[in-house]
Amino acid sequence: MAAAKEIRTKIASVKNTQKITKAMEMVAASKMRRAQDRMSAARPYADKMRQVVAHMAHANSEYKHPFLIQREVKRIGVILVTSDRGLCGGLNGNLFRQALRQFQAWEKDGKELDLCIIGNKGIGFFSRIGGRVVGQVANLGDAPKLEQLIGTIKIMLDAYDDGKVDQVFLVYNQFVNRMTQRATFEQLLPLPPSEGDGLKHHWDYLYEPEAREVMDQLLSRYIESLVYQGVVENIACEQAARMVAMKAASDNAGKLIEELQLIYNKARQAAITQELSEIVSGAAAV
Amino acid sequence: MAMTVHVDIVSAEREIFSGQAEMVFAPAVLGEVGIAPGHAPFLTKLGPGEVRLKLDDGREHAFYISGGMLEVQPRVVTVLSDTAERAEDLDEAAVIRAKEAAERAMADHTGAIEYAKARAELAETVAQLQTIQRLRRRGGR
Repeated sequence: MAAAKEIRTKIASVKNTQKITKAMEMVAASKMRRAQDRMSAARPYADKMRQVVAHMAHANSEYKHPFLIQREVKRIGVILVTSDRGLCGGLNGNLFRQALRQFQAWEKDGKELDLCIIGNKGIGFFSRIGGRVVGQVANLGDAPKLEQLIGTIKIMLDAYDDGKVDQVFLVYNQFVNRMTQRATFEQLLPLPPSEGDGLKHHWDYLYEPEAREVMDQLLSRYIESLVYQGVVENIACEQAARMVAMKAASDNAGKLIEELQLIYNKARQAAITQELSEIVSGAAAV
Repeated sequence: MAMTVHVDIVSAEREIFSGQAEMVFAPAVLGEVGIAPGHAPFLTKLGPGEVRLKLDDGREHAFYISGGMLEVQPRVVTVLSDTAERAEDLDEAAVIRAKEAAERAMADHTGAIEYAKARAELAETVAQLQTIQRLRRRGGR
């Protein structure tokens, strides 16, 4: 019965693994719901910001902010959002693959790259394969705070201000639904011109203290809110992907247990049959 | 009924208030401002302090903010509140932290992306996933 005992131990260990993956699946499901709530909680600010920035772009301001001016692109800044932890299927791998394809296309055009990386997985990946990383932050947890991101974002904004980079992109996973996450490139700077929403008449705000200062703050807050939104969305994606991956793992474990059980039963029956035939032939010999 | 204006107070992390008010007081950097319905378009920075709302039923609501922006349109007032204490030197410190983290990590490799290595690594993950799928199919029989 040695084989049967081995199989029993194996079944027990797979059952334990299944328990863990099931628990992780449920944790991911509840975390995903919370991340979705956070996504919708962050939306009003970004929407309001967008409205104000659109108003401002339409307003006849005498001052044109550098964030709104297109210039020739020699160097591109990329803020890449990844997850802190693994076990979330192909989420990060997909993002890296798409990002690298784009990076390579840019490099072929003679454009250089500066990277800012959010999340452990991205930091690990780019420290292995290289790349000019100018800023990074990790371990944001499930409920990221805007403060944690300020430094990384400001590096890019400053670089843009100083003319070190001429375009800034945000790369993250967009939450389409529970089953679908889409790796997305979003241009942050210069701000893509917004479509006219009927505000054609000429007016401008009263600025206090000065148009320049107010716009400076408004636009950098706007960019920050976009990045924050991207990070929150990426977390929702991470949890959704983990949920699916863990569900698949639990199902696989279930199948494995079934098969092992079958093998175990066969082994047990074979042993019983053998014992019986031994007894019978023993009795016949007497 | 008194004239009212729609007020939204939002921060990057959540919505704080949304509703009608008769009057809005906010701590602008050049001194407190009071906004009544029908105010001209106005955009200002806010300092730390209290945003007070006089609601149409006479009650007053107060929110503490650590700074932000105030946007006024004739019918809508929007307070874009910061989530935390913001100051130039605090932001600078955050920049330095993020930079140092990157420099430490950059110390032992070059700036150029090694695409071949990246492809190899990604191929490895794909191969792992495919193996799992094959195993599953075989297991499923």
